[in-house]
Amino acid sequence: MRGVHKRFGPVVANDGVDLAVAPGEIHCLLGENGAGKSTLMKILYGLYQPDGGEIRVRGRQVRMRGPRDAMALGIGMVHQHFMLVDRMTVAENLIAGIEPVRHGLIDLARAREQVRAIADRYGLRVDPDARVHDLSVGEQQRVEILKALMRNADVLILDEPTAVLTPQEVDELFHVMQQLKADGKTLIFITHKLRETMAFSDRVTVLRAGRNAGTVQTAATNPQELAEMMVGRHVSLRVSRPPQTPGDVLLELEGVSVTDGRGHARLRGVSLTVRSGEILGIAGVEGNGQLELEEAVAGLRPLAGGKVRIGGQEPLRAGPQGRRDLGLAHIPSDRLRRGLAAPLRLTRNGILGRHWRAPFALRGVLREPPIRSHVSQLLERFQIRGRLEAPAGTLSGGNQQKLVVARELAHGPKVILACQPTRGVDVGAIEQIHAQLLKMRSAGAAILLISADLDELMALSDRLAVLYEGRILVEGPAERFTKPELGLWMAGQRPAAAGAEGARNV
Amino acid sequence: MSDGKAPAAWAWLRELLVSLGAVALALLVGAGLLALAGYNVADAYVSLYQGSFGNIYSLADTLLNAIPLLFTGLAVAFAFRGGLFNIGTEGQLYVAALATALVALALPGWPSVLVITAALLAGAAAGAAWGFVPGFLKARTGAHEVITTIMLNYVAILLTTHLVKTQFKAPGPVDQTALIPAAARLPELIATTRLTWAIVIAIALIALVDWVLRRSAWGMDVELLGQNPEAAAYAGVPVQARVAMIMAVSGAIAGLAGSTLVLGVLHRFITNFSPGYGFTGIAVALVARTRPWGIVPAAVLFGALQAGGLSMQLFARIPSDLMTVVQGLVILFVAAPGLVTLFRRRAGKTGMALEREGTR
Amino acid sequence: MSDAWDVIFQINTLTAALRLATPIALAAMAGTLSERAGIVNIGLEGKLLAGAWAAVYVTYVTGNPWLGVLAAVAAGMLVGLLLGLFAIRLRADHVVAGVGINILLLGLTTWLMQVIWGSRGTSPTVTPLPRWSIPIVRDIPVLEELVGSHAPLVYFTLLAAPLLWVVLFRTPAGLRLRMIGEHPEAADTVGIPVHRTQYLTLLAAGALAALGGAQLALGDLAWFSQNMSAGRGYMALAANVFGQWNPIGSLLAALLFALTDAVQMRIQTLPNPWPTELVQMLPYLLTVLVLSGAVKRSRPPAALGRHYPPDHSAGAP
Repeated sequence: MRGVHKRFGPVVANDGVDLAVAPGEIHCLLGENGAGKSTLMKILYGLYQPDGGEIRVRGRQVRMRGPRDAMALGIGMVHQHFMLVDRMTVAENLIAGIEPVRHGLIDLARAREQVRAIADRYGLRVDPDARVHDLSVGEQQRVEILKALMRNADVLILDEPTAVLTPQEVDELFHVMQQLKADGKTLIFITHKLRETMAFSDRVTVLRAGRNAGTVQTAATNPQELAEMMVGRHVSLRVSRPPQTPGDVLLELEGVSVTDGRGHARLRGVSLTVRSGEILGIAGVEGNGQLELEEAVAGLRPLAGGKVRIGGQEPLRAGPQGRRDLGLAHIPSDRLRRGLAAPLRLTRNGILGRHWRAPFALRGVLREPPIRSHVSQLLERFQIRGRLEAPAGTLSGGNQQKLVVARELAHGPKVILACQPTRGVDVGAIEQIHAQLLKMRSAGAAILLISADLDELMALSDRLAVLYEGRILVEGPAERFTKPELGLWMAGQRPAAAGAEGARNV
Repeated sequence: MSDGKAPAAWAWLRELLVSLGAVALALLVGAGLLALAGYNVADAYVSLYQGSFGNIYSLADTLLNAIPLLFTGLAVAFAFRGGLFNIGTEGQLYVAALATALVALALPGWPSVLVITAALLAGAAAGAAWGFVPGFLKARTGAHEVITTIMLNYVAILLTTHLVKTQFKAPGPVDQTALIPAAARLPELIATTRLTWAIVIAIALIALVDWVLRRSAWGMDVELLGQNPEAAAYAGVPVQARVAMIMAVSGAIAGLAGSTLVLGVLHRFITNFSPGYGFTGIAVALVARTRPWGIVPAAVLFGALQAGGLSMQLFARIPSDLMTVVQGLVILFVAAPGLVTLFRRRAGKTGMALEREGTR
Repeated sequence: MSDAWDVIFQINTLTAALRLATPIALAAMAGTLSERAGIVNIGLEGKLLAGAWAAVYVTYVTGNPWLGVLAAVAAGMLVGLLLGLFAIRLRADHVVAGVGINILLLGLTTWLMQVIWGSRGTSPTVTPLPRWSIPIVRDIPVLEELVGSHAPLVYFTLLAAPLLWVVLFRTPAGLRLRMIGEHPEAADTVGIPVHRTQYLTLLAAGALAALGGAQLALGDLAWFSQNMSAGRGYMALAANVFGQWNPIGSLLAALLFALTDAVQMRIQTLPNPWPTELVQMLPYLLTVLVLSGAVKRSRPPAALGRHYPPDHSAGAP
């Protein structure tokens, strides 16, 4: 790929990017969130049309009008958000578009055979008749890889494949990648994690803000050099967490259970306490009850059993307002889905959830002067660039998240429910948000931190708990866990039983 | 993430252009239909203009037609702002009209102000009840309001017809109630024009809705629901109660269209009296881009089309149902953000509650 | 009173129900098809009207009701294409576009009726579709009465439901279509042309719904009348939800709605009839009730009503 340009409205995602991948290598595409990695790969896979530049496959210049063209050229892609239909079976997902047919009908028997044949060849075991929603995340990823292989991919693009995996599953993926490489496949591996880059790849291309920051042999570089190429300046992502003696219990969960719409238990008797001046981190593979825990604490989902106490009291009113009354702040895990109403102005989003209260409203009438001064303060304190009357949707992702965090922390909360507080934001915003959370900790807030980012959890938390299949599997002081151990817990295993397995973890 | 720098005035102008463009395009297609059917397009549209803005009488006719549309348009627009599609305004105005007529008939000898107020309130209450049902069902069961409101339109028309036929029929061949007493009639604003105080009520209501949406916490609840229901729940908005309430308020507003027609124009309830004020309200609301003050020009526009359509039928012998065609086209054109991009070739944003599915 | 209740269980009420169910069932299956492909089809009402009008007009001109049926198919496909243009290409909200189409077709058919026949109420009478009796069935007593002699489109509907089921759930085309309705990105990334498939689906759905209109005009009656669909398109959507987005379920739900319709029509012919209007409300009230009861248990296609690519996909990060 040479000189690839792509812009989305005013945002330039790729600005003259070059990428050369040699056959049979594992090539890492490294960069921060928003550096343009996924965009570049979606262009290579025909999902986006570039605004400029050229693509050559095996020396021949090509034009991808869609994934069909890419597949015809032997390019396959494993997407970060799996492209699988939950309600369908593995086989149905795998054969869609290339269905074996007999008498005009889908030949399911042959489909199963095809799936088994290719699965056996690469040691990727799956049950062709299982429904996708019954599979674990790791299994779903296997299906994604199989999907590309069934379409005869020689070049396999893996978009942030490790983001959703436990360290053990990452190991497994690494094995599979080695096997694919041995079979002559070429792999392009997208990540923002330095250690994975060092461990997995033969060569690395680093992107920064939509441009090339360089291509190097993995063997000839080191993490520090890569980090500097990635962010363009020397950074240390370590935060200082001053020792502090926790105070009273401010958040208490007692045997909290939650069921989903179909009556399946999603949280099974979760009991937790968080004290003043303490951060409790919740680790776990996504889909093990994190969202349900968030919603249960926030009052967005009725409890099937158990109690939530904030500051020692049970909320008088059901729903989020009852929790807010008692001093809960909630940074939701998905800012665009829940934390903001993108088309509304900053002066509305800045008071979301408090728009019935003084001083923002008096007897149900909104009062602009206090609203405006409050929201300007939020913008100032968090260095958010934006006009008060602009819709929140016009802010960048980092600024949107900062607005949500600023809003929630503004009222001296007793308890902070912080869910994926730095997901999808730039380094600058991450530093700022972490600093603010620690400031609240010093001020005596009790913080429940739910995050998929292990580094974040380990850096911020005083104590850690692992959520597995809706239960708290283990809980203890953060220092007591190593990353590999945490990984095993997240996979539902006791570290002792697994022995030295974790040592090779990367 | 499109141009965040564009000042609000530009967005406003852009939406105005979209609306005008949609109407122009619909009239253009209408012209094509006229030509295909062998009519003289120029004659037709001249008589459309004559019948709507041509002289003081046709202008009064236009305004007269616009009054119920102010109510139904506002009703639909308000529901849209809350993320709900009320196509049941037709049924709501029927039940309201009958309730109003019955109260007006039941209070002979009362002072004018009292009987009118009582009759209007009765109409609004009936309309609210008729809107509350689909709102409640939507909140409780998820039954799509488009289907339930349209079913209730049929029920309302049949129910009012039944009640008039069996209980309240005035002697004569037509299924209608007796005339309401003079004291119950809305006074004329301008003598001999049939333009009554209804127009003042409508404008006041528009001002009120505009204020509520922009300046009240309850209005912010409504906007939140329309723009992002999940954010509304997160903010602690009681979603189910609001949904039912929004539909009830929308129904009350729509009901006043029927009530003011009874008190100001018809002076009785006549079965099947509405030429589709409810459905035209959808086009009005969309052309107004769901902005309360936008309802005024939009209602006048469609009032003109209705008045002009009738004169077209009378003088050029062209069936006035062409105006229903134009309404359908306007709805399609206004609702299609892609149409704008076709002209501007740049990613546009509608900023309307209608895109609520797309906000993820 | 007891006469009225007896009516429900009379065999010719059931026969009538089968006949009356046909337009709703065809429209409901059209709804199933398009919603499985992710397109909300509020426009069914308009397609019924378009089909009915085209069928009567072409029969009026040619004297051949079969040509009328063909014309209905063409008209329905045209309306389907129109919905596609707005809902897919121009990214209009599916529901608003559907309502727009319904109002457009209500106006257009009424207008054309006046332009061509000079009447706003009903068209002249035309040759209806013949009634077919099925060779073996006509010798079996009860079955003969029930399904013995109907317009051909009634039989077509009974065959179409299982056939559509097979297409949806057993053929490559059906798998691809369903994948689009569940997860268009997934379909796109394996090379299934999302928009082209949706357009084709809407063409087929338009044809099906319009056949329902043809049955209404040429199978039940022999003329077109203003707004003759009378909300059946919306009932069909409710039937589709009640039938869990399954063609056979849609057919069964349509039969349920039609049964109330048949009952209300039969009750009106009784010597001491119930109040006409109250009885006529039955199908509408039933629709509201059934829909309210059905929605909670149902799971629509995951990407129903969504545009592809998504509306706010502009900014990648």
